[in-house]
Amino acid sequence: MWDVITSISPYAIAYTVPLLITALGGLYSERSGVVNIGLDGMMIVGSFTGAIIINALQPTMHDTAIWIGLIAATIVGAIFSLLHAFASINLKANQVISGTAINMIAGALTVFLARNITGSGNIRINAQSRYSIPILKDIPIIGDLFFKQTYATTWLVVFVLIISWFVIYKTSFGLRLRACGEHPHAADSAGINVYRIRYIGVMLSGACAGLGGAIILVTYSGEFNGNVAGMGFLALAALIFGQWKPFGILASTLFFGFASTIANVSRVIPELAEIPSVYLKIFPYIVTLIALILSAKSSQAPRAAGEPFSHG
Amino acid sequence: MSNLENKPNNQEMEGLTETGKIKKVRIKGNRNLVVSLLAILFGLIAGAIYMLAIGKNPITGYYFILSGGLKNLERIGNTLATATPLIFTGLSAAFAFRTGLFNIGAPGQMLMGGLCSTALALTLNLPQYLFLPVILLGSMLSGALWAIVPGFLKAKFNVHEVVSGIMLNWTAYWIVYYIIPTYFKAEYLETESAMIPANASLKVGWLSSLFQGSFINLGLFVAIVAVVLIAFILDKTVLGYELKSVGYNRHAAEYAGISVNKNIILSMMIAGALSGLAGAAFYVGYASNMQIGVMPSQGFDGIAVSLLGNNTPYGVLGAAIFFGLLHSGKGFMNAMTKIPPEIADTIIATIIYFSATSIFIERMLDALKRRKRGAK
Repeated sequence: MWDVITSISPYAIAYTVPLLITALGGLYSERSGVVNIGLDGMMIVGSFTGAIIINALQPTMHDTAIWIGLIAATIVGAIFSLLHAFASINLKANQVISGTAINMIAGALTVFLARNITGSGNIRINAQSRYSIPILKDIPIIGDLFFKQTYATTWLVVFVLIISWFVIYKTSFGLRLRACGEHPHAADSAGINVYRIRYIGVMLSGACAGLGGAIILVTYSGEFNGNVAGMGFLALAALIFGQWKPFGILASTLFFGFASTIANVSRVIPELAEIPSVYLKIFPYIVTLIALILSAKSSQAPRAAGEPFSHG
Repeated sequence: MSNLENKPNNQEMEGLTETGKIKKVRIKGNRNLVVSLLAILFGLIAGAIYMLAIGKNPITGYYFILSGGLKNLERIGNTLATATPLIFTGLSAAFAFRTGLFNIGAPGQMLMGGLCSTALALTLNLPQYLFLPVILLGSMLSGALWAIVPGFLKAKFNVHEVVSGIMLNWTAYWIVYYIIPTYFKAEYLETESAMIPANASLKVGWLSSLFQGSFINLGLFVAIVAVVLIAFILDKTVLGYELKSVGYNRHAAEYAGISVNKNIILSMMIAGALSGLAGAAFYVGYASNMQIGVMPSQGFDGIAVSLLGNNTPYGVLGAAIFFGLLHSGKGFMNAMTKIPPEIADTIIATIIYFSATSIFIERMLDALKRRKRGAK
């Protein structure tokens, strides 16, 4: 069994990472008081941007192209999220509806553009290569689990996770962000510009989701095809499952990553081959539902998430 | 800013003082219609800009969408057949919206409805006049049962219906993915069910030949009945009144003695039954068998239909036919002009963004009105 776990670990982590970064993005947005159901669309936009840039640059620049693509995806994700910010902050639109519109626009517009560029709607690139980290990979247990066959982007996301924890809990910006999500009127009377903080929150979520979408592209997918298999919605569930806390999100996304990977490879694992794969496939979703029920009573949801704020 | 927001209310009040209550309703209704039509106009303009951006002529693009959807009886029939599942999912979303619920679980309910109708169609063998009602009832029941889950979780545990709905969509997706190849496999392909027998299909000979062999099917008539029925329930019954009061203000409704939890579950069940019917209309009506590995986009489009139709049953009917036209015309446009067919989805998405931000349009209308008044 241990062999099985260590052998699927690189795949599970590769699946976890984009989910984690996107859920962290959702964290910024919801903590500022804006529900962002458009994460999925923002991921698609990131994946599309990354694919276009990397596809164009890769013949001449190789690995640098991937990083330029990731940066571009982050920036374009942030810009695209302005649509959601404008609708939900300035126009006080229903945030769930605006997010749904964002998802629809992203899914349709990117394929529309991709079809126009490549003819097929799919854009292929060469994915990042995996490597094992010297010294650390030789640590017993942990080395096998976490430091073998890793992607560079994984470490980037771990870095963002730690920074996010620090920013949200240890800086004045983080305090303001949380205040806007809990009680925007109190924040407002304390002289905080709620609109500005919420704009930053939404744009950070767009940036993270864009990066998440591009990470899917440069790691296990290698191709833009107009969707991200609902990962944005899963990230949203992971955010709630993780109770709107950075390390809670890490735990919930790791759970999703391992559960989904086990379901995907169950055919080749003797212990699991007996179970019809449908049970393993729906396992993560059912567990999430149960977790939502159990945590509902003590929900740590930002109190003002989803509520429009109007100054004065 | 607060001044601007109060403006619509002031106008309603003016209407009220002039000629009583009816006038107020009419002003509001007209205004919503104008906002929806403007959202469509903006969406179409945006579509024209997208087409220009890729160097195509938008006028020919729109011409071929229209002729692709309406050129002859067969194409009109296909437009209506494409619209049929959208009418159901649109009604489903609208019904939930009116109770303050966001039924994003429609794709899952539609899958369960489709799975149940496919299963019934491939196991039973009844005379057609009995078979079709059984299939429709089965799809309604399974959609309703699937929707009880988010309704119950919302009522009892306050689990947000959007998240539970999404989880249930994927659960339904994988259940279909497993059941169809295991029990209802097609003769050669692993990825789809066997063909639906003729006496279980909503496509009937006389209707198809009336529309020159199009996909149009009996689902359309069921959908129109559903529109009338839902409009009746919402506007003329105690149940509808209670559901709407829960949607307007949960706490006030509770205070007035309305059981909020019961109404949330009931509303989700009815919404689920409608999405289940969408599954029957699509999988044993429009299509002739069930494919696996596809999350039906009609489920999500229902939200768009409902929004554009201002969450009213007749609005849903109009919006669904309009979206059906875009969807059924896009293939022809693609064949004639090489404009990617995704333009239709892009236009729909843009329309939804504009109707989500309708305050923007309303402010514009107010500004126009004020300028007019100033001119007088």
